[in-house]
Amino acid sequence: MTSEVFNPLSRKPSPKTDSQELAKKGEWTKLVLIGIVVVYLALVLFIPALNVFVQAFDGGIEGFINTFRQREFVNALRLTLLMAAIAVPLNTIFGICAALALARKRFPGRTLLISIIDLPFSISPVVAGLMIVLLYGRNGWFGPLLDAAGIRIIFAIPGMLLATIFVTLPFVAREVLPVLEEMGPELEEAAKTLGASDWQVFWRVTLPSIRWGLLYGLILTNARAMGEFGAIVVVSGSIRGKTQTLPLFVEEAYKQYHTQSAYAAAVLLALLAVVTLVLKEILERKTAIKDTE
Amino acid sequence: MTSSSNAESFLSKLRQVPRLPFIWQFTWVYLTIMLFVPAIALLLKASTLSPPEIWRIATSPIALSAYDVTFVTALVTATINGVVGVIIAWVMVRYEFPFRRILDAAIDLPFALPTAVAGLTLATIYSDSGWIGSLLAPFGIRVSFTRLGVAVAMLFISLPFVVRTVQPVLKELEPELEEAAWSLGASQFQTFWRVLLPPLLPSILTGVALGFSRAVGEYGSVVIVAANVPFQDLIAPVLIFQRLEQYDYAGATVIGSVMLGASLVILLAINLLQAWGRRYDI
Repeated sequence: MTSEVFNPLSRKPSPKTDSQELAKKGEWTKLVLIGIVVVYLALVLFIPALNVFVQAFDGGIEGFINTFRQREFVNALRLTLLMAAIAVPLNTIFGICAALALARKRFPGRTLLISIIDLPFSISPVVAGLMIVLLYGRNGWFGPLLDAAGIRIIFAIPGMLLATIFVTLPFVAREVLPVLEEMGPELEEAAKTLGASDWQVFWRVTLPSIRWGLLYGLILTNARAMGEFGAIVVVSGSIRGKTQTLPLFVEEAYKQYHTQSAYAAAVLLALLAVVTLVLKEILERKTAIKDTE
Repeated sequence: MTSSSNAESFLSKLRQVPRLPFIWQFTWVYLTIMLFVPAIALLLKASTLSPPEIWRIATSPIALSAYDVTFVTALVTATINGVVGVIIAWVMVRYEFPFRRILDAAIDLPFALPTAVAGLTLATIYSDSGWIGSLLAPFGIRVSFTRLGVAVAMLFISLPFVVRTVQPVLKELEPELEEAAWSLGASQFQTFWRVLLPPLLPSILTGVALGFSRAVGEYGSVVIVAANVPFQDLIAPVLIFQRLEQYDYAGATVIGSVMLGASLVILLAINLLQAWGRRYDI
């Protein structure tokens, strides 16, 4: 009834049957389109996602728990957390610096620099891994030097960290930059004229204004850092119990027909994805509320 | 000069050029170590090979078939997601129905779910004995471990792009515009084609290009879903990985450089498309 009131068609001086027919047609289109969307999302997203949880508990809760007792699993979990623990803070500091630098200055080539920072999103993770191998591998640029010093980067944790940092480089910068641009320099300038030091300005004025954008970037960085596969598999050699993160553990277990182990580890990563999505949604609502104020 | 006066002069300098030096220094040093040096390493390694050698590796039959599988499948799937993505964006923006918000939030799942997990679960579901694969098997359609499997993985990972680029533009288009066209006697199809599509087109194409770029570079999910057989379902990133495993650095470098070049071209196209999309902005 209410839609009838707001529908400009009903005010049209045409026969009533015509507008009713149109409304009916619109209703049909709506149902068909929603149907297409639900079926497509079910086939591509929901059934696959549901399957992860079903398969993990398919062999009973015991097999599920046994996976968590494996030494290789514990090691993979620890490495995954380590990747995030180092890559996230470093890329956060970089992201804030780059965003501050880019937001407060116009110069020729600024757009190009923004595109360059975005580059890791366009490059295949395998190519990113290849770059690091060509740089630090035995036959790489720094290979002989590192060999002499007895430092291993490829097939070891440092290389995996470099790969993780590479693929997650743009997230924070790209989320914080638009927030800073919208905020404008006025508040910071006001704080400065009132005698605040640079550090105080950043801590008291800039950071509180960008906090939601920053958090958003942090969450995305974290999800990618824990879930990265392609770049890490190239530089790590995927050595069982040594250089395997959880995603590599999942692939290896699947290839060895330890399907339940694969799915038990996959459930943890799927939960990470769910938490990421929930936090993302909360942050999006928060910023949306701020926009309407 | 005492150290305190030194520090003082440093501080006053810092005040004069507020904050810029350090953040710029850090940005450049970080970018150089993490991004520029590795990229240059790849290009320099490629330059140590002679041009005929590069050409021979880049256009070897196995590489050509890998480009075919990678780029053609990615283009087809990005286009499918372009069409379905517009429908999804439309449904999410214009219709109200139960669970709409949850569906909307779930579209970002491919961004959040690690690709290895996506590959694992898609391989299971679309295998001959899987939930969906077993329904297709009687018709002789095999998905997992074929090129169709590659396509399904690419559909999954490139799904959110078009939805997320079209949604904000669609939100700003007023429904009155369509209703006006409609009441002036345009059919539903005409309304869509003449009124809705033109302003949406830049964002649709940007989304398709972003999805294509992501699908071309994808490794984790495809390597698990596909059988990775040369000339059948072997994608270029997997070929690079196999070359590296065989210590064929020249082969990996050349194909890697081709992929890097393709990424740069796509990135340029995306930037141009975005500039085109902004031409409506005032």
